[in-house]
Amino acid sequence: MSAAQWRKAMNSAAATPAEGWNTPARSTEPSNVRVFQPLAAVRGIRAIHVLVVLAVLLFPFVASPFLTFQVAGQSFALGLIALSLTFLAGYGGMVSLAQMTVAGIAGYTVAIFGTSGTALSLGWHPALVLVLAMAFAVLAATLIGWLSVRTEGIYTIMITLAMGVGFYYLALQNYSVFNGFQGFQKVYPPAWFGTDWRSPLPFYFLALAFAAAGYFLVKYIARAPFGIALQGIRDNPRRMNALGYNVTAHRVAAYAVAGLIAAVGGILFTWYNGLITPGSIGMSWLINILVIAVLGGMRHPIGPFLGALIFVLLQTFAIDLIERERFNLVIGGVFLAIVLFSPDGLLGLWSRARARLRRAGPTSSNVR
Amino acid sequence: MTPWQRKLLPWLLVGVPLAVLAVWGLVDNARLFLVTLLNGLTLGSLYFIVASGFTLVFGLMRNVNLAHGSLYLLGGYVGFTIAEKSGSWLLAVAGGFAIAALAGLLMQLLILRHMQNQDLRQTLVTIGLSIVIADLLLWVFTGQVHQMEAPALLQGPVRDLPVIKAYSAYRFSLLGLGLLIGVALWLLLNRTRVGMMIRAGVDDRAMLAAAGVNVNLVFAVTFALGAGLAGLGGVIGAVELSMVPGEDTRLLLASLIVVIVGGMGSVVGAAIGAAILGLAETYGLAYAPTYSVVFTFLILVLVLAFRPRGILGRAA
Repeated sequence: MSAAQWRKAMNSAAATPAEGWNTPARSTEPSNVRVFQPLAAVRGIRAIHVLVVLAVLLFPFVASPFLTFQVAGQSFALGLIALSLTFLAGYGGMVSLAQMTVAGIAGYTVAIFGTSGTALSLGWHPALVLVLAMAFAVLAATLIGWLSVRTEGIYTIMITLAMGVGFYYLALQNYSVFNGFQGFQKVYPPAWFGTDWRSPLPFYFLALAFAAAGYFLVKYIARAPFGIALQGIRDNPRRMNALGYNVTAHRVAAYAVAGLIAAVGGILFTWYNGLITPGSIGMSWLINILVIAVLGGMRHPIGPFLGALIFVLLQTFAIDLIERERFNLVIGGVFLAIVLFSPDGLLGLWSRARARLRRAGPTSSNVR
Repeated sequence: MTPWQRKLLPWLLVGVPLAVLAVWGLVDNARLFLVTLLNGLTLGSLYFIVASGFTLVFGLMRNVNLAHGSLYLLGGYVGFTIAEKSGSWLLAVAGGFAIAALAGLLMQLLILRHMQNQDLRQTLVTIGLSIVIADLLLWVFTGQVHQMEAPALLQGPVRDLPVIKAYSAYRFSLLGLGLLIGVALWLLLNRTRVGMMIRAGVDDRAMLAAAGVNVNLVFAVTFALGAGLAGLGGVIGAVELSMVPGEDTRLLLASLIVVIVGGMGSVVGAAIGAAILGLAETYGLAYAPTYSVVFTFLILVLVLAFRPRGILGRAA
């Protein structure tokens, strides 16, 4: 039996994950390519990438400040938080509903230790506050991860939801640290270089920079040894364990990385809203992040940003179609439709449409 | 350390401080302590009724039904409407149970059955359904607080009790109802054919199907029963806790914690978890109001850290 036949036999039966619908497309590169090739990325650039980059860079100059700030800025911030969930769920196989909680912890830290309109804030130096916020968020994410990874896949949703809602009640009922129901108002970014980072143009580019950083970070990690090991653990933890990988440690590390991404997104989202309250981390927002991630598709890091864009557009313009109060019904219905008919989200719809168009062409092969 | 001692250690570590606190509470204010004990047990009864449905569905079908809270709310609102129209509390209870069971049955037959082995996808569907149901209920019943009255027989206090002097009759009945439902569930699961099939399905779904049982029927019945229990809890809770849109989140969280602490798929575990949660919440509220949530959190974290499957959970 040749090596290829053996590999095929080993991989066919046991290795296919039970839910194949949310796994990202696997890389087809041979595993012995370990040379660091920075210019390899340049070779892969196509016209569509250049177009997208140009469009994204020129967008704020052609669109109104409302669209730039309310739609695009919010999409980048939310997309970053949802990216942390896509990373965990798509590449790690763990659906955690506590990503918004981690983002909220970062936001609350910025509000409590930095300056805000509420008297409880300590007013420490902004740089220190930001470092502290990310440190606390990563710590919280690691703790949540450590508590959740020792049980099986479907438990993770329950446990993380319980922890997320528990933290919500803590923030709601505690007045000495979290200021209870009102939370912290007027949480604005510091005025570095004399710019108001909350005005449309600067905020757009700030959010864009971090969103791009998150996107490329996830892309890089997915092909680094850690990311490949993580995907292996997603597909078959027993085999990875037998190969000598510490499954628990990899999973907790994935939570920590996702926590870092969510922290940055959380700080941006808090600055966008200008406030942080228990309502920002309540159950509806925990579920909204999941909706955004599923909506866009968990196969590729661009998915959460697409999902966030659709979500924000629905949220902003749904008033014109239906009552503002029935927004939850609309988003719930859209989510239900996506899960029932296209579990891969928009990216899945797109790739299926493309496959169908290609099949309609002269010759094509369905082999991936 | 002998194995005996190692098994005893966690009990000692948890039990001794609790015993000390209990003695202090009794000496300090016996009435408050005992009333809080009864309050905690009755709250735990309500949590048990709701969480038992959740754990049945999870244990058998590996489906984390996150629409459980919405079903609670549905049963409560419908029961409230029936009670208003007919004036009979029993009819309201039956109606709440029936409507929630029907909703659960429809969910299972129309949607969940078609995603048989995709646990994650089923869970996501229940999340979507919970959002839709909750918003529909909000639309129909608005955000007003609805308070249902206890039946005439159970209104008012029971007097002439030893230390506590008087206690609400309705809350006593809650305790009794919880016990009744617990015993009935135990009898159903352990002494009937359907229960035997459910227990077999919890252990090994595939073998159950191979043995010739109509697994889809068993699933449908179990889901309907689990959902019905949530609706039943909703009507009962409507008297004690009142119906507000946020209650579905609260009861869902309580069910999750009960099942995580007590163990998945175990009704006795749900009883233990519910008692622990009810007591922790009530004692926290009575003795340290600002930190009661922290106690619940702490228990959850401790159980997850040392027994990830719950107190009575076993390997899936």
